[in-house]
Amino acid sequence: MQSLLMQYLPILIFLGIAIGLSVVFVAAAWLIARQNPDSEKLSAYECGFEAFEDARHQFDVRFYLVAILFIIFDLEVAFLFPWAVTLGKIGVFGFWSMMAFLGVLTIGFIYEWKKGALEWE
Amino acid sequence: MVEAIYSLFGVESPLLYLTAIVLSILAIVLPLLISVAFAVYFDRKIWAAVQMRRGPNVVGPFGLLQSFADGLKLFVKETVVPAGANKFIFLMAPMITFTLALIAWAVIPFDAGMMISDLNVGILYILAISSLGVYGIIMSGWASNSRYAFLGGLRSAAQMVSYEVSIGFVLVCVLMAVGSLNLSDVVNAQSGGFWNWYFIPFFPIFIIFFISALAETNRPPFDLPEAEAELVAGYQVEYSSMAFALFFLGEYANILLMSAVMAVLFFGGWEAPIPALDFIPGIFWMLAKIAFGFWMFAMVKAFVPRYRYDQLMRLGWKVFLPLSLFFVVFYAGIMVAFDLLPSQG
Repeated sequence: MQSLLMQYLPILIFLGIAIGLSVVFVAAAWLIARQNPDSEKLSAYECGFEAFEDARHQFDVRFYLVAILFIIFDLEVAFLFPWAVTLGKIGVFGFWSMMAFLGVLTIGFIYEWKKGALEWE
Repeated sequence: MVEAIYSLFGVESPLLYLTAIVLSILAIVLPLLISVAFAVYFDRKIWAAVQMRRGPNVVGPFGLLQSFADGLKLFVKETVVPAGANKFIFLMAPMITFTLALIAWAVIPFDAGMMISDLNVGILYILAISSLGVYGIIMSGWASNSRYAFLGGLRSAAQMVSYEVSIGFVLVCVLMAVGSLNLSDVVNAQSGGFWNWYFIPFFPIFIIFFISALAETNRPPFDLPEAEAELVAGYQVEYSSMAFALFFLGEYANILLMSAVMAVLFFGGWEAPIPALDFIPGIFWMLAKIAFGFWMFAMVKAFVPRYRYDQLMRLGWKVFLPLSLFFVVFYAGIMVAFDLLPSQG
């Protein structure tokens, strides 16, 4: 247990160094470069006119749909990982159990395809 | 690698152990940042050569110092934070992208035992870190409060999650053949010459992995989030100075990371192509394979036209997802039927 956690110590330190490095980069550029803001410079980019409204407007619901589909399939992948590693041990029974699970998911996938959830005309 | 540096000190002390960790991290990060600079240069050179141009050739011999000049220029530029932006998140987004692009390298083995941490769940770690990459992009898109950035961030998020699923399935196929999540075990399973490398038996899923990696790193032909013809630069449009540079560095570090993962999974990592060449240190082969992967990324950028967004989503969900799912079942079936699975579990 102790040695297992020790494997993650370098990663924790690496995380600290990486965060520190990125903060230093941005902070140093902020301090060294001459800051001379004006209202035109600070306005949001547009094609030659003032932005009409806040940019965070409604967006296509399909992005939301993609996110939900992603959760389903990413969970499936997470489920497959331990199965794939131990497939040699669990043998034919383990294989067919997962095939049943994948079969159910494939039916769901066909359903959402037929429903048009994957269309982006 | 940490242990090797630690043993050099010859004295046992927790403080020296921490020093060894920091030294081994620096031994990865500094070469990585320098190679990112040269990767940008080679990318532009290859792109130029394909189009019969010269590419960068003014700064330094053959223009080799071009990226450093660009970096210096960005460094002394003003950091513009738009008035309408959510300032904290706006500045945090590039930092997250850059940080994640760096820490994923903690588990990449450059030679036998030459990695920062030999995690027993290395593949899972890489998958987790690369999934987090979407946060930096969607945060920058939202915090910029600019229409182009917002749309670019949304597109990029949807694109990255779509292709991540097929990358996950590809990893599952390789895992079955290895029987371990440890990256060193993946390389050891391919030892003995190039005919044992996984790109031969797993050729179809290698192709799926490569194309998904292009989409995952927002490279052409899938660079729709920053499609300059329609979204100017997507989520990066409001960024300047070092905040922009962090995105840029992170993007190229991610491309190199994908090349490294490809080298480990399909090209035998640090293994020499034929056993007679084993006297050359493994790190040379690993770096050569990463360079080869990057060269493929650069060539695709040079001669493939950009996809349309609906084509991109169709390819991800209607072609790659069913195909990679089929290959999981196909390879699992073959391995179970012919008893090819590693039994150690």
